Amino acid sequence: MTIDCDIHPGVPDIHALLPYMNDFWQESFIARGLDGFDMMSYPLNAPITCRPDWRVKGERPGASLDRMRSQALDTFGIDTAICNPLTGGQVAVSESMGAAICSAVNDWVREHWLDKEPRLRASIVVPAQAPLLAAEEIDRCAGDTRFVQVLMPVACEMMLGRSYYWPIWEAASRHGMPIGIHAGSMHRYAPTSTGWTSHHLHDYVAHSQTFEDQLLSLISNGVFNKFPSLKFVLLESGVTWLPGFIWRAVKTWRGVRAEVPWVNRSPADIIRDNIRLTIQPFDAPDRDAVERIVEQIDADHMLLFASDYPHWQFEGDAIIPPGLSADLQQKMRVDNPLETYSHLKETVQ
Amino acid sequence: MNAPVDMRTQSAGINQGIIDCDIHPYPKAGGLNAYLSERWRRHLAEYGKFNCGPYADRGTYPRFSPNTSRRDAWPPSGGAPGSDVNFIRSQLLDPYNIAYGVLEPLLGGNSSRNLDEAAALCTAMNDWQAHEFVDPEPRLRASILIPTDDPDASIEEIDKRAGDWRFAQIQLGSKTSEPLGRRRYWPIFAAAQANNLSIGLHIGGTQSSAPSAGGWPQFYIEDHHVLVHSMQNQAASMILEGVFDAFPNLKIVLIEGGFAWAPQLAWRLDAHWAKMRDEAPIKRKPSEYMRTNLWFATQPVEEPERPDDLRQVFDWIGWDRMVYSSDYPHWDFDDPHLAFRFQMTEDEKRMLFRDNALDVYTFR
Repeated sequence: MTIDCDIHPGVPDIHALLPYMNDFWQESFIARGLDGFDMMSYPLNAPITCRPDWRVKGERPGASLDRMRSQALDTFGIDTAICNPLTGGQVAVSESMGAAICSAVNDWVREHWLDKEPRLRASIVVPAQAPLLAAEEIDRCAGDTRFVQVLMPVACEMMLGRSYYWPIWEAASRHGMPIGIHAGSMHRYAPTSTGWTSHHLHDYVAHSQTFEDQLLSLISNGVFNKFPSLKFVLLESGVTWLPGFIWRAVKTWRGVRAEVPWVNRSPADIIRDNIRLTIQPFDAPDRDAVERIVEQIDADHMLLFASDYPHWQFEGDAIIPPGLSADLQQKMRVDNPLETYSHLKETVQ
Repeated sequence: MNAPVDMRTQSAGINQGIIDCDIHPYPKAGGLNAYLSERWRRHLAEYGKFNCGPYADRGTYPRFSPNTSRRDAWPPSGGAPGSDVNFIRSQLLDPYNIAYGVLEPLLGGNSSRNLDEAAALCTAMNDWQAHEFVDPEPRLRASILIPTDDPDASIEEIDKRAGDWRFAQIQLGSKTSEPLGRRRYWPIFAAAQANNLSIGLHIGGTQSSAPSAGGWPQFYIEDHHVLVHSMQNQAASMILEGVFDAFPNLKIVLIEGGFAWAPQLAWRLDAHWAKMRDEAPIKRKPSEYMRTNLWFATQPVEEPERPDDLRQVFDWIGWDRMVYSSDYPHWDFDDPHLAFRFQMTEDEKRMLFRDNALDVYTFR
């Protein structure tokens, strides 16, 4: 059995989402002539957004369920896959417009993917610009246990530890769902602390640092004191950054922990208890580096199998980085996802 | 920081003396005035330094000890830590057998929003370092501070100091108005290469961008760590923009950013450049530039749960890229006897504590 924790159905243009919107938003998008809300983080024709041999001319990456079946689910022997739609609703400046697009995407996913393919599950896409609306959207969707997590981009309007976001964490906790933080940015701030970069490649590489920033924020602001069983899944963050990050976080905490006295456990322990990562991309050059990094992470329960389909992370069938033991592979394909996603545990097996 | 003493290396066995790439000098009260014109003395007295941030006379993130310093670094003569050259000598240079120490002033001179003010401050701080630290104690060497956002004034300052033996490098803050690879900064790289001066990129600089793509952290415990990412991004920017193709002999030292992140950055850049190289058509794999043009000053040394994992990191980066730094007199000072909790060979010690720095810096 294999559970894929990060697969991307191609979200269509606004026109195709209109049937899932109310009269006001249908009229607004049509009368204002608004479309083209695809995210800057994943330009439709950029190499990262679709592996070349999976790309079909004139078709949005990931838009075809048949191709997802043949190129990913069947090819890689995936029994269950969690759809993580990437949509402009997640990054809209308007709270209500963002909420309207996110709600429409959730209903569209249910009808066009979950209802048609029993292997699929999905994340609830929420407008993090509006935490109260996001919590409402979680409550609206969570009764359908095919929705297994809440999905947000890694760079939002404030650091994710801030109490502003706690209504989202509260709603997810109440439904026993983890929060999936995916690569991607609202671009409210420069993509790096040294300003706006010249290359998409640089923005993409810098994302793993934003994941680090957010982990520090969640820990320092006491999110795990308030929600001790809440898990955050880092989706498409890379993996190899984790050991060096933990070393530095622990050292800094030893030095200045009196600033945040509620952080009364080592960040390393909190991270190993509450954080999970998907394995694509892994960002290692060879077997030896993979083996050393896995030893240094020293927490096989943290890793979750993922294809990241149709994003371009690996060639051919090399979906598993070299150097992962059979035991670890079993854990990340089955045990760890089931332990992370309580709704999966209810519906798979 | 919490290293058990019995695990220390015998690094001080380098009998010719070690090289410390990061010592912070501070002025005595009013100590810069002698190096500023009347116009700028008056301006600074009235308006203060015009940096990016919410406070008129302090940084955004409140630090965790007075002057961010060790409690024992306050000179008996009075004044701030790092302001008394005799005390630097007796507390740092003599007991640790330091042959050369590179001064890294952190006084916001190069991050003023007022470019004329920045130029005046940089010139003053350069004169101040040379006269008050290097002249009385030639083991100390100064950094050439430049008003980074004004290339013409920067070149003028570099040209003025390049032949002066008292200056060992050009210093930039790790946070600049734009990523360092962008063309506006290339005249600085050209001048550095032409004068065979390395550029020390010290953590800090302007706050013109948020500390994270996700916004502003709330606490010092976050900001102190997040600052490191400016190093990763400057390295990535310079590599991907082709700075090292244009200036192949340019030497960049990343100071006070630690280093355990470097292998991952190299791997991640390589992995994704392989797919998006047409966007950044540089001549070699990104990791190759890290092995020829970047050096890493070690402080604050990361502390793995298994100390030998740090040796693995040195191996991945390359021993020839590593230079020792103490960060004296700051609270997170790295003692050369205690900071490295794994065994090194004599050759490795020589590279880390002395020889690599001799390759990078201009000690005359």
